[in-house]
Amino acid sequence: MSEGAHHPAAMSPVEQRVAALEALLTERGLVPEGFIEQTIHRYESEIGPMNGARVVARAWADPQYKQRLLADGTAAIAELGFGGAEGDHMVVVENTPAVHNVIVCTLCSCYPWPTLGLPPAWYKDPPYRARMVREPRVLLAEMGCELPEGTEIRVWDSSAEVRYLVLPQRPEGTEGMSEADLAGVVTRDSMIGVARL
Amino acid sequence: MDGIHDLGGMQGFGPVDHAPAEPVFHEPWEGRARALIEVVLGAVRPNGGEFRHAIERMDPGHYLTSSYYEHWLTAAATLAVERGLLTREELEARAGGTFPLSGPVLAPPVTGPGAGPNEPRFHAGDQVRVRDWHPPGHTRCPRYIRGKTGIVVRLDGNYSVPDVEAHGAARRDEPTYSVRFNAAELWSDGQQGVCVHVDLWDSYLEPA
Repeated sequence: MSEGAHHPAAMSPVEQRVAALEALLTERGLVPEGFIEQTIHRYESEIGPMNGARVVARAWADPQYKQRLLADGTAAIAELGFGGAEGDHMVVVENTPAVHNVIVCTLCSCYPWPTLGLPPAWYKDPPYRARMVREPRVLLAEMGCELPEGTEIRVWDSSAEVRYLVLPQRPEGTEGMSEADLAGVVTRDSMIGVARL
Repeated sequence: MDGIHDLGGMQGFGPVDHAPAEPVFHEPWEGRARALIEVVLGAVRPNGGEFRHAIERMDPGHYLTSSYYEHWLTAAATLAVERGLLTREELEARAGGTFPLSGPVLAPPVTGPGAGPNEPRFHAGDQVRVRDWHPPGHTRCPRYIRGKTGIVVRLDGNYSVPDVEAHGAARRDEPTYSVRFNAAELWSDGQQGVCVHVDLWDSYLEPA
Protein backbone atom coordinates (compact mmCIF):
# COMPACT_ATOMS: atom_id res chain seq x y z
CA MET A 1 0.00 0.00 0.00
CA SER A 2 1.48 3.33 -0.98
CA GLU A 3 2.18 5.97 1.61
CA GLY A 4 -0.37 8.27 0.00
CA ALA A 5 -3.12 5.67 0.22
CA HIS A 6 -3.47 6.50 3.90
CA HIS A 7 -4.34 10.09 2.98
CA PRO A 8 -6.81 9.82 0.12
CA ALA A 9 -7.77 13.49 0.31
CA ALA A 10 -4.24 14.53 -0.63
CA MET A 11 -3.97 12.24 -3.61
CA SER A 12 -4.27 13.28 -7.23
CA PRO A 13 -6.63 11.28 -9.47
CA VAL A 14 -3.79 9.33 -11.04
CA GLU A 15 -2.33 8.49 -7.62
CA GLN A 16 -5.77 7.23 -6.59
CA ARG A 17 -5.90 5.03 -9.68
CA VAL A 18 -2.46 3.58 -8.95
CA ALA A 19 -3.47 2.95 -5.34
CA ALA A 20 -6.69 1.28 -6.51
CA LEU A 21 -4.81 -1.01 -8.89
CA GLU A 22 -2.26 -1.83 -6.22
CA ALA A 23 -4.94 -2.66 -3.64
CA LEU A 24 -6.90 -4.91 -6.00
CA LEU A 25 -3.85 -6.77 -7.28
CA THR A 26 -2.58 -7.20 -3.72
CA GLU A 27 -5.93 -8.62 -2.57
CA ARG A 28 -5.74 -11.18 -5.36
CA GLY A 29 -2.34 -12.24 -4.06
CA LEU A 30 -0.54 -11.13 -7.22
CA VAL A 31 1.96 -8.70 -5.67
CA PRO A 32 4.77 -10.55 -3.89
CA GLU A 33 6.05 -9.01 -0.67
CA GLY A 34 8.64 -6.35 -1.47
CA PHE A 35 8.17 -6.63 -5.23
CA ILE A 36 7.30 -2.98 -5.79
CA GLU A 37 10.24 -1.68 -3.76
CA GLN A 38 12.65 -4.10 -5.45
CA THR A 39 11.43 -3.10 -8.88
CA ILE A 40 11.84 0.59 -8.13
CA HIS A 41 15.31 -0.03 -6.75
CA ARG A 42 16.33 -1.97 -9.84
CA TYR A 43 15.31 0.81 -12.19
CA GLU A 44 16.74 3.57 -10.02
CA SER A 45 20.05 1.99 -9.12
CA GLU A 46 21.04 -0.97 -11.28
CA ILE A 47 20.45 0.23 -14.80
CA GLY A 48 21.17 3.68 -16.10
CA PRO A 49 23.45 5.78 -18.26
CA MET A 50 26.44 4.90 -16.06
CA ASN A 51 26.42 1.55 -17.86
CA GLY A 52 26.43 3.10 -21.31
CA ALA A 53 29.17 5.48 -20.20
CA ARG A 54 31.39 2.48 -19.41
CA VAL A 55 30.79 1.12 -22.90
CA VAL A 56 31.72 4.45 -24.48
CA ALA A 57 34.80 4.89 -22.30
CA ARG A 58 36.01 1.39 -23.22
CA ALA A 59 35.51 2.17 -26.92
CA TRP A 60 37.52 5.40 -26.55
CA ALA A 61 40.31 3.63 -24.67
CA ASP A 62 40.52 0.44 -26.71
CA PRO A 63 40.37 0.69 -30.52
CA GLN A 64 39.83 -3.03 -30.91
CA TYR A 65 36.87 -2.93 -28.55
CA LYS A 66 35.48 -0.02 -30.54
CA GLN A 67 35.74 -2.07 -33.71
CA ARG A 68 33.84 -4.93 -32.08
CA LEU A 69 31.27 -2.52 -30.68
CA LEU A 70 30.49 -1.03 -34.07
CA ALA A 71 30.44 -4.45 -35.76
CA ASP A 72 28.23 -6.23 -33.18
CA GLY A 73 26.92 -3.92 -30.49
CA THR A 74 25.02 -6.59 -28.57
CA ALA A 75 28.05 -8.87 -28.17
CA ALA A 76 30.50 -6.08 -27.33
CA ILE A 77 28.16 -4.58 -24.75
CA ALA A 78 27.68 -8.05 -23.24
CA GLU A 79 31.46 -8.18 -22.70
CA LEU A 80 30.92 -5.54 -20.00
CA GLY A 81 28.03 -7.50 -18.52
CA PHE A 82 25.12 -5.49 -19.91
CA GLY A 83 22.21 -6.99 -21.81
CA GLY A 84 18.66 -8.25 -21.51
CA ALA A 85 15.26 -6.73 -22.16
CA GLU A 86 15.37 -3.78 -24.56
CA GLY A 87 19.04 -4.46 -25.15
CA ASP A 88 18.93 -7.77 -27.00
CA HIS A 89 19.67 -6.28 -30.41
CA MET A 90 21.99 -3.32 -30.06
CA VAL A 91 23.35 -1.21 -32.87
CA VAL A 92 25.96 1.42 -31.96
CA VAL A 93 26.23 4.42 -34.28
CA GLU A 94 29.39 6.52 -34.25
CA ASN A 95 29.59 10.29 -34.27
CA THR A 96 32.46 11.77 -36.28
CA PRO A 97 33.36 15.36 -37.15
CA ALA A 98 31.22 14.97 -40.29
CA VAL A 99 28.31 12.87 -38.96
CA HIS A 100 25.99 13.33 -36.00
CA ASN A 101 23.60 10.56 -34.91
CA VAL A 102 20.51 10.92 -32.76
CA ILE A 103 17.94 8.36 -31.59
CA VAL A 104 14.18 8.63 -31.19
CA CYS A 105 11.11 6.41 -31.03
CA THR A 106 8.21 8.13 -32.77
CA LEU A 107 5.67 5.36 -32.01
CA CYS A 108 6.31 4.83 -28.30
CA SER A 109 9.44 5.04 -26.17
CA CYS A 110 11.88 2.35 -27.33
CA TYR A 111 15.20 2.92 -25.63
CA PRO A 112 18.20 0.73 -24.67
CA TRP A 113 17.39 -0.01 -21.03
CA PRO A 114 20.50 -2.03 -20.07
CA THR A 115 22.88 0.73 -21.17
CA LEU A 116 20.85 3.91 -20.64
CA GLY A 117 18.20 2.92 -18.07
CA LEU A 118 14.60 4.02 -18.40
CA PRO A 119 14.10 6.93 -20.78
CA PRO A 120 13.77 10.48 -19.49
CA ALA A 121 10.29 12.04 -19.67
CA TRP A 122 11.14 14.41 -22.53
CA TYR A 123 12.20 11.46 -24.71
CA LYS A 124 8.72 9.94 -24.30
CA ASP A 125 6.72 13.15 -24.66
CA PRO A 126 5.11 14.26 -27.94
CA PRO A 127 7.33 17.26 -28.83
CA TYR A 128 10.54 15.22 -29.09
CA ARG A 129 8.91 12.28 -30.88
CA ALA A 130 7.08 14.52 -33.34
CA ARG A 131 9.90 16.90 -34.15
CA MET A 132 13.13 14.91 -34.16
CA VAL A 133 12.29 13.20 -37.45
CA ARG A 134 10.93 16.36 -39.06
CA GLU A 135 13.37 19.11 -38.13
CA PRO A 136 16.32 17.55 -36.30
CA ARG A 137 18.75 20.39 -36.98
CA VAL A 138 16.34 22.96 -35.57
CA LEU A 139 15.41 20.82 -32.58
CA LEU A 140 19.00 19.88 -31.75
CA ALA A 141 19.97 23.55 -31.78
CA GLU A 142 17.01 24.36 -29.51
CA MET A 143 18.21 21.68 -27.12
CA GLY A 144 21.66 23.24 -27.03
CA CYS A 145 23.33 21.00 -29.59
CA GLU A 146 24.58 23.39 -32.26
CA LEU A 147 26.21 21.53 -35.12
CA PRO A 148 28.66 23.02 -37.58
CA GLU A 149 26.99 23.72 -40.90
CA GLY A 150 27.52 20.79 -43.22
CA THR A 151 27.40 18.18 -40.47
CA GLU A 152 25.32 15.27 -41.72
CA ILE A 153 22.52 14.35 -39.33
CA ARG A 154 21.38 10.75 -39.10
CA VAL A 155 18.20 10.17 -37.14
CA TRP A 156 17.41 6.60 -36.02
CA ASP A 157 13.74 5.84 -35.33
CA SER A 158 13.64 2.69 -33.15
CA SER A 159 10.54 1.16 -34.71
CA ALA A 160 11.37 -2.56 -34.66
CA GLU A 161 13.62 -4.78 -32.52
CA VAL A 162 16.95 -2.90 -32.66
CA ARG A 163 17.83 -0.42 -29.94
CA TYR A 164 20.45 2.22 -30.64
CA LEU A 165 23.29 3.77 -28.69
CA VAL A 166 25.24 6.76 -29.97
CA LEU A 167 29.02 6.59 -29.60
CA PRO A 168 29.97 10.22 -29.01
CA GLN A 169 33.27 11.66 -30.15
CA ARG A 170 35.98 11.65 -27.53
CA PRO A 171 36.41 15.26 -26.41
CA GLU A 172 39.72 17.02 -26.74
CA GLY A 173 41.73 17.30 -23.56
CA THR A 174 40.93 13.79 -22.38
CA GLU A 175 44.19 12.26 -23.55
CA GLY A 176 45.80 10.27 -20.78
CA MET A 177 42.63 9.95 -18.75
CA SER A 178 41.89 6.55 -17.22
CA GLU A 179 38.94 4.58 -18.52
CA ALA A 180 37.06 5.21 -15.28
CA ASP A 181 37.63 8.97 -15.58
CA LEU A 182 36.58 8.88 -19.21
CA ALA A 183 33.29 7.27 -18.21
CA GLY A 184 32.70 10.26 -15.97
CA VAL A 185 32.82 12.55 -18.98
CA VAL A 186 30.05 10.71 -20.87
CA THR A 187 26.51 12.02 -20.45
CA ARG A 188 23.18 10.38 -21.13
CA ASP A 189 22.31 13.12 -23.62
CA SER A 190 25.48 12.44 -25.61
CA MET A 191 24.53 8.76 -25.94
CA ILE A 192 21.02 9.68 -27.14
CA GLY A 193 22.59 12.18 -29.50
CA VAL A 194 21.01 15.41 -28.26
CA ALA A 195 24.38 16.70 -27.03
CA ARG A 196 28.01 16.61 -28.13
CA LEU A 197 30.80 16.44 -25.59
CA MET B 1 -4.20 2.11 -36.53
CA ASP B 2 -3.71 5.74 -37.41
CA GLY B 3 -3.64 6.63 -33.74
CA ILE B 4 -2.45 9.56 -31.67
CA HIS B 5 0.67 7.61 -30.66
CA ASP B 6 2.02 7.84 -34.23
CA LEU B 7 3.57 11.24 -33.69
CA GLY B 8 6.46 11.40 -36.15
CA GLY B 9 6.37 14.66 -38.07
CA MET B 10 3.34 16.23 -36.38
CA GLN B 11 3.58 19.97 -35.84
CA GLY B 12 2.55 22.45 -33.21
CA PHE B 13 3.95 20.80 -30.08
CA GLY B 14 6.46 23.51 -29.17
CA PRO B 15 9.73 23.10 -27.31
CA VAL B 16 11.02 19.91 -25.71
CA ASP B 17 10.90 20.21 -21.94
CA HIS B 18 14.44 18.99 -21.62
CA ALA B 19 16.58 18.69 -18.50
CA PRO B 20 20.01 17.05 -18.73
CA ALA B 21 19.61 15.53 -15.27
CA GLU B 22 16.29 13.95 -14.52
CA PRO B 23 15.22 11.47 -11.84
CA VAL B 24 14.16 8.00 -13.00
CA PHE B 25 10.76 8.54 -11.40
CA HIS B 26 9.42 12.08 -10.92
CA GLU B 27 6.80 11.04 -8.38
CA PRO B 28 6.59 8.01 -6.10
CA TRP B 29 3.42 6.83 -7.91
CA GLU B 30 5.35 6.46 -11.16
CA GLY B 31 7.67 3.86 -9.69
CA ARG B 32 4.77 1.98 -8.09
CA ALA B 33 2.83 2.10 -11.36
CA ARG B 34 5.87 0.79 -13.22
CA ALA B 35 6.06 -2.20 -10.88
CA LEU B 36 2.30 -2.85 -10.94
CA ILE B 37 2.37 -2.93 -14.73
CA GLU B 38 4.83 -5.81 -14.50
CA VAL B 39 2.40 -7.57 -12.15
CA VAL B 40 -0.47 -7.14 -14.60
CA LEU B 41 1.61 -8.24 -17.59
CA GLY B 42 2.78 -11.29 -15.64
CA ALA B 43 -0.84 -12.19 -14.87
CA VAL B 44 -2.46 -11.60 -18.26
CA ARG B 45 0.54 -12.52 -20.44
CA PRO B 46 -0.34 -10.38 -23.44
CA ASN B 47 0.83 -11.23 -26.93
CA GLY B 48 3.77 -9.27 -28.27
CA GLY B 49 2.54 -5.84 -29.28
CA GLU B 50 -0.72 -6.18 -27.39
CA PHE B 51 0.37 -3.92 -24.52
CA ARG B 52 1.63 -1.29 -26.95
CA HIS B 53 -1.65 -1.52 -28.83
CA ALA B 54 -3.56 -0.99 -25.60
CA ILE B 55 -1.69 2.33 -25.25
CA GLU B 56 -2.42 3.17 -28.88
CA ARG B 57 -6.14 2.64 -28.23
CA MET B 58 -6.24 5.38 -25.57
CA ASP B 59 -8.56 8.32 -26.12
CA PRO B 60 -6.38 10.81 -28.05
CA GLY B 61 -7.18 13.67 -25.71
CA HIS B 62 -6.25 11.58 -22.68
CA TYR B 63 -3.06 10.43 -24.40
CA LEU B 64 -1.85 13.94 -25.07
CA THR B 65 -2.66 15.24 -21.61
CA SER B 66 -1.17 12.44 -19.54
CA SER B 67 2.36 11.35 -18.79
CA TYR B 68 3.90 8.19 -20.10
CA TYR B 69 3.40 6.32 -16.84
CA GLU B 70 -0.28 7.19 -16.99
CA HIS B 71 -0.34 5.70 -20.49
CA TRP B 72 1.17 2.51 -19.13
CA LEU B 73 -1.21 2.49 -16.16
CA THR B 74 -4.19 2.92 -18.48
CA ALA B 75 -3.03 0.18 -20.83
CA ALA B 76 -2.31 -2.25 -17.99
CA ALA B 77 -5.72 -1.63 -16.39
CA THR B 78 -7.37 -2.00 -19.80
CA LEU B 79 -5.78 -5.40 -20.39
CA ALA B 80 -6.62 -6.47 -16.83
CA VAL B 81 -10.30 -5.64 -17.44
CA GLU B 82 -10.41 -7.12 -20.94
CA ARG B 83 -8.92 -10.39 -19.69
CA GLY B 84 -11.28 -10.58 -16.72
CA LEU B 85 -8.61 -10.11 -14.05
CA LEU B 86 -10.34 -6.99 -12.68
CA THR B 87 -13.52 -5.09 -13.44
CA ARG B 88 -13.86 -1.45 -14.30
CA GLU B 89 -16.45 -1.08 -11.53
CA GLU B 90 -14.10 -2.25 -8.79
CA LEU B 91 -11.28 -0.08 -10.13
CA GLU B 92 -13.51 2.99 -10.07
CA ALA B 93 -14.94 2.14 -6.67
CA ARG B 94 -11.44 1.88 -5.21
CA ALA B 95 -10.16 4.96 -7.01
CA GLY B 96 -13.13 6.98 -5.81
CA GLY B 97 -13.74 8.32 -9.31
CA THR B 98 -13.46 7.56 -12.99
CA PHE B 99 -10.75 5.21 -14.18
CA PRO B 100 -10.39 5.91 -17.91
CA LEU B 101 -9.55 2.85 -19.98
CA SER B 102 -8.50 2.48 -23.61
CA GLY B 103 -11.04 2.07 -26.40
CA PRO B 104 -11.87 -1.27 -28.02
CA VAL B 105 -9.70 -3.08 -30.55
CA LEU B 106 -10.85 -1.89 -33.98
CA ALA B 107 -9.12 -4.57 -36.04
CA PRO B 108 -10.64 -8.02 -36.59
CA PRO B 109 -8.83 -10.90 -34.87
CA VAL B 110 -5.95 -12.35 -36.87
CA THR B 111 -6.68 -16.07 -37.07
CA GLY B 112 -3.69 -17.30 -39.06
CA PRO B 113 -0.15 -16.25 -39.78
CA GLY B 114 -0.91 -15.25 -43.36
CA ALA B 115 1.64 -15.25 -46.13
CA GLY B 116 4.89 -13.38 -45.92
CA PRO B 117 8.48 -13.70 -46.99
CA ASN B 118 10.79 -15.92 -44.93
CA GLU B 119 13.88 -14.92 -46.87
CA PRO B 120 14.89 -11.29 -47.32
CA ARG B 121 13.42 -9.86 -50.50
CA PHE B 122 15.77 -6.88 -50.23
CA HIS B 123 19.45 -6.29 -49.61
CA ALA B 124 21.64 -3.40 -48.53
CA GLY B 125 21.59 -0.74 -51.21
CA ASP B 126 18.18 -1.71 -52.62
CA GLN B 127 15.65 1.03 -53.17
CA VAL B 128 12.29 0.28 -51.52
CA ARG B 129 8.95 2.00 -51.16
CA VAL B 130 6.88 1.76 -47.99
CA ARG B 131 3.38 0.41 -48.60
CA ASP B 132 0.83 3.17 -48.44
CA TRP B 133 -1.85 1.50 -46.37
CA HIS B 134 -3.82 2.10 -43.21
CA PRO B 135 -4.24 -1.06 -41.16
CA PRO B 136 -6.85 -0.70 -38.38
CA GLY B 137 -4.80 -2.67 -35.85
CA HIS B 138 -1.33 -2.60 -34.35
CA THR B 139 1.54 -1.86 -36.70
CA ARG B 140 5.10 -0.66 -36.33
CA CYS B 141 5.08 1.15 -39.64
CA PRO B 142 4.86 4.86 -38.85
CA ARG B 143 2.55 7.01 -40.96
CA TYR B 144 5.19 9.57 -41.95
CA ILE B 145 7.06 7.15 -44.19
CA ARG B 146 4.14 5.44 -45.94
CA GLY B 147 4.39 5.77 -49.70
CA LYS B 148 7.95 7.12 -49.36
CA THR B 149 11.04 5.74 -51.02
CA GLY B 150 14.24 4.87 -49.19
CA ILE B 151 17.36 2.73 -49.32
CA VAL B 152 17.95 -0.44 -47.30
CA VAL B 153 21.07 0.08 -45.17
CA ARG B 154 21.03 -2.94 -42.85
CA LEU B 155 19.39 -6.36 -42.48
CA ASP B 156 18.56 -7.28 -38.89
CA GLY B 157 17.29 -10.85 -39.10
CA ASN B 158 13.82 -12.35 -38.83
CA TYR B 159 11.35 -11.30 -36.14
CA SER B 160 7.68 -11.89 -35.40
CA VAL B 161 5.46 -9.43 -37.27
CA PRO B 162 3.76 -7.19 -34.68
CA ASP B 163 0.68 -6.68 -36.86
CA VAL B 164 0.00 -10.43 -36.61
CA GLU B 165 1.03 -11.28 -33.06
CA ALA B 166 -0.79 -8.37 -31.41
CA HIS B 167 -4.14 -9.71 -32.61
CA GLY B 168 -4.14 -13.39 -31.81
CA ALA B 169 -2.11 -16.51 -31.23
CA ALA B 170 -0.74 -16.69 -34.78
CA ARG B 171 2.88 -15.79 -35.48
CA ARG B 172 4.78 -14.99 -38.64
CA ASP B 173 8.49 -14.25 -38.73
CA GLU B 174 9.81 -11.94 -41.41
CA PRO B 175 13.08 -10.26 -42.24
CA THR B 176 13.56 -6.77 -40.83
CA TYR B 177 15.58 -3.91 -42.27
CA SER B 178 16.82 -0.48 -41.45
CA VAL B 179 15.75 1.83 -44.28
CA ARG B 180 17.23 5.28 -44.84
CA PHE B 181 14.99 8.12 -46.04
CA ASN B 182 16.26 11.52 -47.06
CA ALA B 183 14.48 14.20 -45.06
CA ALA B 184 13.77 16.06 -48.30
CA GLU B 185 11.88 12.98 -49.55
CA LEU B 186 9.81 12.83 -46.38
CA TRP B 187 8.94 16.48 -45.93
CA SER B 188 9.44 18.11 -49.36
CA ASP B 189 11.11 21.02 -47.62
CA GLY B 190 14.57 20.90 -49.12
CA GLN B 191 16.43 19.85 -45.97
CA GLN B 192 19.99 18.98 -46.90
CA GLY B 193 22.29 16.53 -45.18
CA VAL B 194 19.57 14.99 -43.02
CA CYS B 195 18.35 11.42 -43.20
CA VAL B 196 15.97 9.41 -41.06
CA HIS B 197 16.35 5.66 -40.59
CA VAL B 198 13.31 3.55 -39.79
CA ASP B 199 13.37 -0.17 -38.93
CA LEU B 200 10.74 -2.09 -40.88
CA TRP B 201 9.38 -5.58 -41.47
CA ASP B 202 9.59 -7.00 -44.98
CA SER B 203 5.86 -6.93 -45.72
CA TYR B 204 5.76 -3.17 -45.01
CA LEU B 205 7.90 -2.69 -48.12
CA GLU B 206 7.67 -3.09 -51.87
CA PRO B 207 10.33 -2.81 -54.55
CA ALA B 208 10.83 0.69 -55.94
